[in-house]
This record gives sequence, C-alpha cells and structure tokens, in this order.
Amino acid sequence: MKRLTLGKLTLPAYSFLAMAFMLIPIVYTIVFSFNDSKQRTNTTWQGFTFDKWLGVCKNPDVCQALGNSIFIGVVSTLIATVLGTALAIGLVRYRFKARALVNLALFLPMATPEVVLGAGLAGLFFNAGVGAGMTTVIIAHVVFCLSFVVVTVKARVQTLDPVLEEAGRDLYANPSQVFWKITFPLLLPGIFSAALLSFSLSFDDFIITYFNSGSVETFPKYVYVLAAKGVPAEANVIASGVFIAAILIVLISQINGAIKRKRMLGK
Amino acid sequence: MAFAAFGSSPAKEHKSSTKSSKIVLALLLPGLVYLGLFFFTPLMSLVITSLEVPAASYAPGAYEYGFAWENYVEAFTTYLPQILRSFFYATVATVIALLISYPLAYFIGVKLRPRPMLQRLMLVLVIAPFFISFLLRTIAWKQIFSDGGAIMQTVYSLGLMDRSQHFLGTDAAVIFGLTYNFIPFMTLPLFTTLERFDVRLLEAGSDLYASPARVFRKVTLPLSMPGIISGTLLVFIPIAGDYVNAGQNFLGSSKTTMIGNVVEFTFLQNQNYPLASSLSVMLMAVIVALIGLYVRSSGTEDLL
Repeated sequence: MKRLTLGKLTLPAYSFLAMAFMLIPIVYTIVFSFNDSKQRTNTTWQGFTFDKWLGVCKNPDVCQALGNSIFIGVVSTLIATVLGTALAIGLVRYRFKARALVNLALFLPMATPEVVLGAGLAGLFFNAGVGAGMTTVIIAHVVFCLSFVVVTVKARVQTLDPVLEEAGRDLYANPSQVFWKITFPLLLPGIFSAALLSFSLSFDDFIITYFNSGSVETFPKYVYVLAAKGVPAEANVIASGVFIAAILIVLISQINGAIKRKRMLGK
Repeated sequence: MAFAAFGSSPAKEHKSSTKSSKIVLALLLPGLVYLGLFFFTPLMSLVITSLEVPAASYAPGAYEYGFAWENYVEAFTTYLPQILRSFFYATVATVIALLISYPLAYFIGVKLRPRPMLQRLMLVLVIAPFFISFLLRTIAWKQIFSDGGAIMQTVYSLGLMDRSQHFLGTDAAVIFGLTYNFIPFMTLPLFTTLERFDVRLLEAGSDLYASPARVFRKVTLPLSMPGIISGTLLVFIPIAGDYVNAGQNFLGSSKTTMIGNVVEFTFLQNQNYPLASSLSVMLMAVIVALIGLYVRSSGTEDLL
C-alpha cells in the first residue's frame, strides 16, 4: 500500500520539478530586470529598483530595436497568417493528388536549420542586387512563420463540423456568406493562436535576421551584439514585459475557451 | 503535429466533393508561390553558389559561376571535426530531451485528463519559454553557471572541480543549453500523441498478466512512436544547425564550434560564400535524408 502511494507521487513530483527547471532562466531574467545595476552590465545583484522599468527608453538604442522588432513581427505575422490560413483550409477541406507533396513542402521550412535558410536568402538577395533591410527581414520572417501558422490553423479546421456550413447552404447563404458568417468566426480562435505564435517566432528570431537585416537593428540583434560586453537591465525589462503580456494573452484565451466549452456542455 | 496542442484533438476526416479545383488553387497558390520564391529558390541558389569559383579579380566576396565540386571536398575535410561535433551534440541533446520530456508529457497528457484546467495551465508553462527571449534565457544560464556564481562556488568548495576548471565553454555546458532550449519542441508533439492515447489498453495489458514494464514496452511505447519521431526531428534538426549556444559569448568556447558557427563565420566575416554554401548544402542533405526516412515509414499526413 505504501509503495503504491509513493509510486503515484513520483510522476507528479518529477513533473513539477521539470517545470520548475524550465522556468529558472525566465525567473532569473525577470528578477534581473529589477536590478539596480549602475554600469551597462547586469551580472551581479545590486539591489531592487523600478527605475529600469520606468525609464526603459532612457536607453534609446534598446527602444529603437524594440520598435523595429514589433513592426517586423506585426507585418510578417499579418502576411503569414493570411497565406497560412488559406493553405490550412485548402489542405484539410479538399482532397487532391499533390497533397503529400504540399505537406512536405510546408514541413521542410520548419525542418530547415536557420543558418541554411538565413544564408540561402542572403545569397539570393545578394545575387539579385537587393540590399538587406526591413523588407528582406520581413520576407525572411514570413517564410519560417508560414508553416507554423498552417500547423496551428489546420488543427482547428480539422475540428470544424461541416454540418454547420451545410446548414448555412441549406438556408440559401452564398459561399462567401457561408465563409464569413460561419467558417471564419469558428476558425478565429485558431487563427488567433497562430498569429500569436507567429509573432513570438518573429520577435525572437535572431539567426535568420542576422543574415538578412543589414543595418536594421532588432531586439535579438541588440542582445547578441552586447552579449560579449554585458547586456543592460533594460533588455531584461523588455523581454520580461513581452513575456508577461504574452502569457496573460494565452491564459485569458485559454480560460475564455474553457468557459465557452462549459457553457455549451451546460446547454 | 507539434503545435496542435494550441488547438484541440483532431476530428474525423470529412469527405468533400472534389470538383472545386478552382477554390483549392486560389487557397493554396499564394502560399505555395511564396514558398517557391523565398524558400525553394534560396536553397537552389545555395547549391549554385556552393559550386562557384573565385572571380578573376580575386576580390573578397567576388565569385563567378563554375562547377567546383572541390568546394565540397574542402569544406568536408577542413571542417570535419565541427561537422562531427554538431551531430554528436545534437544526438546527445535529443536523447536527454526525450528522457526529460516523456514522463512530463505522459503526466500532462494522460494523468491530468480528469483536471482539464490544470492540464491547460501546465501546457501554457511548457510553452512559456517561447515567449521570452531565447538569447536572454541562454545568457541567464551563462550567468548562473559563471565561475563566481553560487553553483560553481559550491562545486569548487566541495572539491568536485578544481578552481582552474570551468563549466562554461565545455561540451557539457553547450549540450546543457541546447537541451534546455529545445525541450518544449519535444514535449509538445509527445503530448499531442499521448493526449489521444486510450488508457483502456493499459488495463487490457495488465488483465492479460503483463507486468507494468512489459505493458509500457509493448503498448505505450509503440503507440507514442509518432510523437517520439516528430519530437526527435523537431529537436535534432534545429540543434544540428544552431550556433548561439556554442558561441563564445554564450555557453561555448573555441573548442565547441559547430557547423552553424562555421557557416556564420565563413559567410558573414570571410565572405567565402561557396564554402559556406557547400557546408549548408551538406547539412541540408543530411536533414532531407532523415526526413525521407521518416516519410517512408509514416507518410506525410502526420508531418504537420
């Protein structure tokens, strides 16, 4: 009997330990965003302060980099989400001969190491005489965000009940009405998750950006360049702020979904 | 596959009449053209560049079309240690990530089924590292394991390591960082597979007098294979091409250089585009071969 309870506790205990391990660097980064570091480096604890949070943009470089990263993230997410949602619907809803090939074509970008894609695109732009800058970064980001959007939206399309769309057609809705009034609203949570994922991938990308951004500074590039000398606490503030915002959005949407499900089951 | 965890469990496939080829084309074409232009063309361009020869001017970064397959021989012989090291790191880190992730994914996907709220919360925590800068997380580990940090001071005072030795810059430090950074990519596909796992099969196994270990080996493990394979691909591939963890300003040193570091250096600093390209093409060839093996055994439907 005793052995049984002990055995039953091992897995939960292990899981919580593993989770705690995963969270260590996150907690560390957030804690050091409150570090009262006097120099640019932020390696030893100097005391607690809110100053870095209140005056992030006193460090104009980091704010400029943040602005660029947000702009790149938003534009590439918009493009990747539109292209990816269309691909996901096409793949789940229609049977065609080249399906296997299309699946493979969408998986390959996810499986390509970033240096390979980064160097390949940089070479292409170089040969075509296109200077590296904002446009080339956005083009590159859409490539690796696209497949992740397809995967996420595809999961949602698969759970859609086609009966709902048939009902719409039976009530004489034309195809575009069926799409915008029935399919699209039902897909929206999936599209939203996909956009969030795409934005985080773009915002955090370093390797592909490094090869294709020329003189455009992004937040990861800023951190990378300073990694040798020491990264200022303002960078921790920005990373922590983005993290907290993203986690809040995810939690709210998860809770929202759970409430909706309960309501539907209740009826 | 991997990120299906964001949505919910898959439903049955539905049949649609397939006359609507115009709609399919309209839905698929824009995305596929985009990938053609900015994914497949760059790969082709890498292959062409990898065979180029120095231009007559011998100016740095100037190359012209050629068929110098010797570039591959040079890349392979010069950088064999880095190539071997990359695949060694990737193999060890993938195995450790699998060993750490499997029990966790089993707990979340099977044991937490009666508690959907807790299950959702744990999933959010698994993906939490995605939302904070990858570089800063790695720098956090670097500072945690620095010689002056609490961990290394304890190790030194216990006499486990000599004060002249360091953890940072070693193979172990780089493998540690790689494993840490890619664990979520292993846990998510494992979770998606285990979430659908029918626990009644376990009862059936033990009803037939199989020991728990035998049930695991004969029932649970084979049924989790799709998750194990896709997790392995999603972790092994990016690790083989990573160069941040192994970088000297992060967890590595000059003794931990990987293929990614070499490609970055030869491409961006030395501007030896043919050499960097032939290394990239070799890396990509190994990866395509691995995916080919997967597709032969499982088809393409579960890839995404």
